[in-house]
Amino acid sequence: MQAWRVDVLVRPEHPDPAGAAGQRALAAAGVHGITAVRSKRGYLLGSDLSEAQVRSFARAVLCDPVLDLFVVHAPDAVDPEPRPGTHTLVVRPRSGVTDPVAHSVQKALGDLQLPQVATGTYRAFEVQGAGDGQQLVAAARRALANDVVHEVLLDRLPPGLPSGAGSTDLGVHAIPLAHLDRHGLEQLSKKGGLALDGDEMLAIQAHFASLGRAPTRMELETLAQTWSEHCKHKTLTGKVRWQGKVIDNLLKSTIAHVTRTLDRDFCVSVFVDNAGIVKFDDVDSVCIKVETHNRPSAIEPFGGAGTGVGGVIRDVLGTGLGARPIANTDVFCFAPPDLRADEVPAGCLQPLSVLKGVVSGVRDYGNPMGIPTVNGSVHFDENFVGNPLVYVGNIGILPTARAHKRPKAGNHIVALGGRTGRDGIHGATFSSLELHTDSEKTSSGAVQIGDPITERKAMDAVLRCAELDLFDAITDCGAGGFSSAIGEMAEGFGADVELQHAPLKYQGLSPWEVWISEAQERMVLSVAPAHLDRLLQVCREEACEATVLGTFTDTGKLVVRHAGTVHAELDLHFLHKGLPIREREAIYRPGEHREPVLPKETDFAGALLAALGDYGVCSKEWIIRQYDHEVQAASAGKPLCGVRENGPSDAAVLTPKLGSRRGVVLSNGLNPRYSRIDPAAMAECALDEAMRNLVAAGGDPDYTAILDNYCWGNTKDPYAFGELVRATEALCALAITYRTPFVSGKDSLHNEFRAGDRTIRIPGCILVTAMGVVTDVQKTLTTDCKRAGSLLVLVGTTKDELGGSVYYKTKGQLGANAPRVDHTLGRQVLHACHRAIDAGLVRSAHDLSEGGLAVAATEMAIGGQLGVRIDVAKVPVAAPLAAERVLFSESQSRILMEVDPQHLPALSSRLAGVPFAVIGEVTAARDVVFTDAEHELLAVPLARAERAWLQPLDLDGTLTAEVRS
Amino acid sequence: MSSPRALILRAPGINCERETFDAFARAGAAPEFVHVTQLLADPDCLDRFAILAVPGGFAYGDDISSGRVLAQELKAGLGDRLLRFVDRGGLALGICNGFQALVRLGLLPCTQHRLEEEVTLTHNLSNHYECRWVTLQTTKSRCVFLPAGLTLRWPAAHGEGRLMAKDAAMQRLLVDEGYAAVLYVDAQGQPTERYPANPNGSPLAIAGLTNRSGRVLGIMPHPDRSYLPTHMPQWRRTLQEQGNLPVDGDGMVVFREMVKAAQAEG
Repeated sequence: MQAWRVDVLVRPEHPDPAGAAGQRALAAAGVHGITAVRSKRGYLLGSDLSEAQVRSFARAVLCDPVLDLFVVHAPDAVDPEPRPGTHTLVVRPRSGVTDPVAHSVQKALGDLQLPQVATGTYRAFEVQGAGDGQQLVAAARRALANDVVHEVLLDRLPPGLPSGAGSTDLGVHAIPLAHLDRHGLEQLSKKGGLALDGDEMLAIQAHFASLGRAPTRMELETLAQTWSEHCKHKTLTGKVRWQGKVIDNLLKSTIAHVTRTLDRDFCVSVFVDNAGIVKFDDVDSVCIKVETHNRPSAIEPFGGAGTGVGGVIRDVLGTGLGARPIANTDVFCFAPPDLRADEVPAGCLQPLSVLKGVVSGVRDYGNPMGIPTVNGSVHFDENFVGNPLVYVGNIGILPTARAHKRPKAGNHIVALGGRTGRDGIHGATFSSLELHTDSEKTSSGAVQIGDPITERKAMDAVLRCAELDLFDAITDCGAGGFSSAIGEMAEGFGADVELQHAPLKYQGLSPWEVWISEAQERMVLSVAPAHLDRLLQVCREEACEATVLGTFTDTGKLVVRHAGTVHAELDLHFLHKGLPIREREAIYRPGEHREPVLPKETDFAGALLAALGDYGVCSKEWIIRQYDHEVQAASAGKPLCGVRENGPSDAAVLTPKLGSRRGVVLSNGLNPRYSRIDPAAMAECALDEAMRNLVAAGGDPDYTAILDNYCWGNTKDPYAFGELVRATEALCALAITYRTPFVSGKDSLHNEFRAGDRTIRIPGCILVTAMGVVTDVQKTLTTDCKRAGSLLVLVGTTKDELGGSVYYKTKGQLGANAPRVDHTLGRQVLHACHRAIDAGLVRSAHDLSEGGLAVAATEMAIGGQLGVRIDVAKVPVAAPLAAERVLFSESQSRILMEVDPQHLPALSSRLAGVPFAVIGEVTAARDVVFTDAEHELLAVPLARAERAWLQPLDLDGTLTAEVRS
Repeated sequence: MSSPRALILRAPGINCERETFDAFARAGAAPEFVHVTQLLADPDCLDRFAILAVPGGFAYGDDISSGRVLAQELKAGLGDRLLRFVDRGGLALGICNGFQALVRLGLLPCTQHRLEEEVTLTHNLSNHYECRWVTLQTTKSRCVFLPAGLTLRWPAAHGEGRLMAKDAAMQRLLVDEGYAAVLYVDAQGQPTERYPANPNGSPLAIAGLTNRSGRVLGIMPHPDRSYLPTHMPQWRRTLQEQGNLPVDGDGMVVFREMVKAAQAEG
């Protein structure tokens, strides 16, 4: 479809930050000789507008009258000759990719009483001095665009708007199964991207044989979505042959068993809803959910991470009878950003561009939603190159009285929020398959770009309707789209759906596509007939589209029609309970690891600086500052702390009720590297670290709930699965001792990348997220040293546990002695430290994790812009240790506290029964000094340590410049 | 004292409305949420209010440019009613995205008492969004409610905060003639164009503007995220040194002084 093209650009006398950023990106992608880049924002406007209308609209709306000028190209204009020595790159969304700005352009047309023609957007860069155009395009496809969602044009105007309309296949399409054997069924599943295995296909075949008919395409798709690993967790809820016995439902007998056994009274709702719900005060509860969005983020980091954030926000919004999201938490695992190009397999994106894409995706979804991103961490390991991990979490608040859904037959099924398009077809089943070199090309249907403002409108509408008590049940459209959302809500009842009523982004979708599309920003509500009109009115007031899609019935059947024709009639009992129970074998085979024989450390200062400069340890300020961590005005403990507000925080502290001192403390723990040695160590340490972080920040270990999020390599391999079972048992044993119930969890079990004959598998990871409630946030702490003259008190025992440590990593070693947790001691340390902090005896506290004592003490000094002087000979040890081992051991259950000398006696009584010692002091001299008794091991000026810590991820080159010498 | 009524504007993508509401309520105002669809359906409702607040956020996704679509909608739907609201004694506050919208609307700085865009708020020199606490100084400005000479710490959180006039002379006029009510200052208390004390590269360190009559204030950093004592990033140091915390955070002064001014107007 032909269209007007309007280029808007900053007048040459003004700075053009987007052009400058484009120039940097192209240079970094290896294009030499560029002397200048001018950026343009481009708009496509349907050719029904007159030129005068286009010009007046461009002047009034598209262009900034103070800074910009604009150029209009007529619908039939020929491509302009590039200016000598320049090339123009146009980056535009591929057909079918969401273009959120286009909607706003259309709205603005309407506000000006102009015809609301079709619209689109693009970006353009006029590049001077680049020479070869094709080389420039190749670089731009990596540096300015992502092939999966963008098309790059050279020296051409973007041709018009996509026509959108395709021919619509309205056929019901019976898929005969009766004649197929197991192999044939498996082939059918594979060809259709259903991700169902032979047993599952046989169960479907038998079910339809008993009905005497073939399933329809929509029925088969619905079963595939509902039975996907993503939705049903069939590996973890299946049977496991393990150490001579059969575990019936691993999740139930481990994770859920912990929660049941502990039976904590603060748990309001666990494992049944979108998120776990925990009591906050007498009136309200807080809920929390953490998801992964690994697959989409591997292929399209920006869209994948953004829609991940959007999805988990909807999870919380759809918890109980609607919760208000109050915070995001995000944890990422990437390959090292400096991985050499020849170490990046074909089909994988370069790790630094994955990191940047993921960060901007989280930023551009979380910030517009008005939800602060308050907590997170980033981890690096070469084996994340094909499967980066993107954990996205959200916390919400809701009245406890509204914590449970009460769906009813006879209610209307109402869909609200975004429209349905062809985007995200087969996301749920895609996430259950292995990634490979061509995934980038074949799976783009599963990739999406988010539209946060549509979600914000849906959120505003849902929360107002919740206050008015206008609906009886709610859930989000996530994996599987309507099919999963409505299918789940209808369980135990029935539903009758008319898909013709579903608002579409464009015409041409087949009914089965509408039914399983994972288009973002949609919620489904169950609304009593008496409340329908009011609910629709509130949605109109909030500019949120809402439509009645059908009715919940009591037939036990899920009936889906299009224009009256039945496309699916599924027995809900079969849909939800007919899935054959999977049985898998799990075998644990300990890896063969040895402790390295290292020469005695001679350069302690160098070792400290190397540890501070490790990607996992170093400052994440460049990332953190791009997230809004202040919106909602609930932030009482920020992600950065200290005199210069750049020190690391252990946990976030929030006061969700403005003016109240009651708070939520949020932390996390994860260490993928320990998993390479022993997954049990990884699992225990994740929980202990999350709890240490929480307690160091002032959280109460006795009022804390936890979440488990698994990401594993390939659990079809019995040995990989064995690692998972071993990790789970270790995690659950510790959770019992810590009395921390699991309230929610999630798993992503196929994180394997096949590149030719090489298979890259991620180290098994369990992220533990901890959420605690405190009565008074004024008792919470930060990690930065507050005053010279304070004593430094180390709580906990240091052991020879450097396996998987940062110190070994900087020496090119892995080692064997991964840290383990002494359960009883761990619990005592957490509670003793909490008693001391709660009594107001501690000025600052920091947990010891990656990089051990040396890194933790240095971080406290950086935050406080003070020095520290520590004697390693005073550190409580289990057995005599070399100085470098005391400095860099990553033994668990240790917290370093800054204490006013006059509080030492009171502190000692609070710490009675746990190992602790005064190991040093905070000094006015701004140096980090470690001694071994009288012998000085290292003395590093604070500024030097700070630079080493800031430099690795100082991606704008602005952080180290600010260091005060 | 009566509680002046404050209209807290809501719109798709505005997302700081709850904290803005709470800060005004604490300052003694009687805040009410009004959605832009409601306001456009009943523009006369403006007459019931003494204060108009346009909170921060990403109105309409900040698509095209920040605050553009909302400003366009208000201009098309309200004409110069907002100008008359101010003329008849109303006070207006735009925070962050609200400031961007008021600038696009022409209500700030409004040196000619006409709704036209005299300045813009555009992309930070870093070319990305950034959230950090900044130090601000209030100037001897035209603003009728913001006291001069205050040093305040508020968080800035924006991607388009660089305040640019058409030319250097106009930029200078904003400072010389008392429109630039709030400036970014460095550790020495001097107005600065240097990153990060000035997070976006605004020439002449301009962080906030008032209008000709001094009844409208727009600021990029957020007083609505710094009005409680535990909002302040250094509150633990304050608590440990002084044994207690002040009643207010640094941002509260805006809300208290606005409410006081509205009360004085009766």
